[in-house]
Amino acid sequence: MSEAASPAVVAPLGPVAAPVRRRVSFRAAFGITVLLLMGGAALAAPQIAPWDPGRQMLAKRLRPPVWEARGLAEHPLGTDHLGRDILSRIVYGGRISLGVGLSAVTLSGLIGVSLGLLAGFHGGRTDAFIMRVVDVFLAIPYILLAMGVVFALGPSLLNVILVMAVTRWVQFARIVRADVLSIREREFVSGARARGNRSMRLLLRHVLPNALTPIIVVATLELAFMIIYESALSFLGLGVQPPTPTWGWMLADGRNYIATAWWLATLPGLAIMLTVLAVNLLGDWLRDTLDPRLKI
Amino acid sequence: MLAFVLRRLLQSVLVLLGVSVIVFGLLHLTGDPTRLLLPLEAREEDVRQLRALLGLDDPLWVQYLRFLSRAVRGDFGLSFKHQVPALTLILQTLPATLELTAAGLGLALAVAVPAGILAALRRNSLLDVICSVGVLMGQAMPVYWLGLLLIMVFAVGLGWFPAAGRDGLVSLVLPATALGAFSMARIARMARSGMLEVLAQDYVRTARAAGLRTFVITYKYALKNAAIPLVTIVGLEFGILLGGAVITETVFAWPGVGRLAVDAIFSRDYPLVQAIVAMLSTLFVLINLAMDLVYTYLDPRIVFVRGKQ
Repeated sequence: MSEAASPAVVAPLGPVAAPVRRRVSFRAAFGITVLLLMGGAALAAPQIAPWDPGRQMLAKRLRPPVWEARGLAEHPLGTDHLGRDILSRIVYGGRISLGVGLSAVTLSGLIGVSLGLLAGFHGGRTDAFIMRVVDVFLAIPYILLAMGVVFALGPSLLNVILVMAVTRWVQFARIVRADVLSIREREFVSGARARGNRSMRLLLRHVLPNALTPIIVVATLELAFMIIYESALSFLGLGVQPPTPTWGWMLADGRNYIATAWWLATLPGLAIMLTVLAVNLLGDWLRDTLDPRLKI
Repeated sequence: MLAFVLRRLLQSVLVLLGVSVIVFGLLHLTGDPTRLLLPLEAREEDVRQLRALLGLDDPLWVQYLRFLSRAVRGDFGLSFKHQVPALTLILQTLPATLELTAAGLGLALAVAVPAGILAALRRNSLLDVICSVGVLMGQAMPVYWLGLLLIMVFAVGLGWFPAAGRDGLVSLVLPATALGAFSMARIARMARSGMLEVLAQDYVRTARAAGLRTFVITYKYALKNAAIPLVTIVGLEFGILLGGAVITETVFAWPGVGRLAVDAIFSRDYPLVQAIVAMLSTLFVLINLAMDLVYTYLDPRIVFVRGKQ
């Protein structure tokens, strides 16, 4: 890491001196707190949610949140058009958003990092081939590809995760390849090679650990992306299917009531935004802390 | 230079070939395309007829070559639903999408570039803080949610703009804002960090030491160099916006390619889906090729850097 002044210049929203650094850690603290709350709520959904998210109470349909005139204390965030409790549905929806997001990032990370390592380490034709495949995936409108594939295979939880991973691995592959290109020229790698290490061991023991920083940062930023991606697929009707509550599906449902029941579409969107914001803040902080020179 | 251009052209052709493989594969995902093309309750005889009609009994590579040779001539077959060539439908709806995308990108650039540069020049000022918060919000808001909020406030609530449809400039405002917001955030962030980086360069310090006024340094020297990386971003953002248009068009019932695509997917209109994916990818590849060439013109060093890779 370079001297105090230069990271500030390169990091997009980065710190300069002591006073600003405090502001950045406030951001990180905010992000981590929100994430912990969201994650905790999702994990403990059955204990926390006041109602069964699928329970329909038609007598209490379309009730606004508690602070509005017709709001009910037992439904703090109101009810939807079938009288289901919004708060419970948001809490349960977090399971899908975070669960699918984490799984998709893990899978796309595994694919992307492996291919990025191969491309960067071997160079030559392997590299050229993998990088052209990367270009292909960058060129195709991923959301259309995902929709087509999910529609053809059927919108199951597994298919959604698979498709999200297969359309986003390139983000990992590019950054890992670029990093490995420089790492493999370093002395400790040639040293390890000279000691007779095989390629595989060289890659896993010497190259990969040195490429971890960008991988962690990309993974965080990709998690934010995946949460939006999953909810977009849900919104379009091609995500995890009802009755499982998802934030995207709730939004799509609420679309028909924006003139009369603002909370239906607003609150799940707020949940998405807060979560994504928190993950992004965490990602920014990780980048600034681990390696401010990273350009991601 | 010429070698670079040629290599870049060859790359684009290879990428498009790759795209064609994926687009072709889209139909063969489940193993038997007739299952995608026909309703579930189709009779065995219909299945057999369709197989023969589409040449599905040929080896896969023969089918692919046939698909490719038609595709390069713009022939993706008839849309099942509309019974017109898929390409015709795309060409009818493409102007609406390009209009929306261009407006979104234009809006994003018009707001983000000045905002990012001002934020860099007045670092840690109130403006910088507002800009940062805007960037964070913009990057976290899903486009369809922002779209719904805009409709709720400006169409349903205030009645300033129509909630849906394409009818003149007024109807473009909300969809373009929703679509452009994410890019706006990214571009503002890039512009700010780019400007900060340039301002820290030795030549800026030299210019300052030589007694040049801040105004001249900023606008004559620094700005030009900070603008170069933005050219590449514009190409990439255009592709992202084309993808985002799929969702935006659904939210605002905008009669473009994106809505056509969503509709085609849900009505199992696979020739149309294939054609749209192929066309949008081609558009993306061509725009990025053009941007790369412009970039090379603006910053010739790139030829050597990329040549080495």
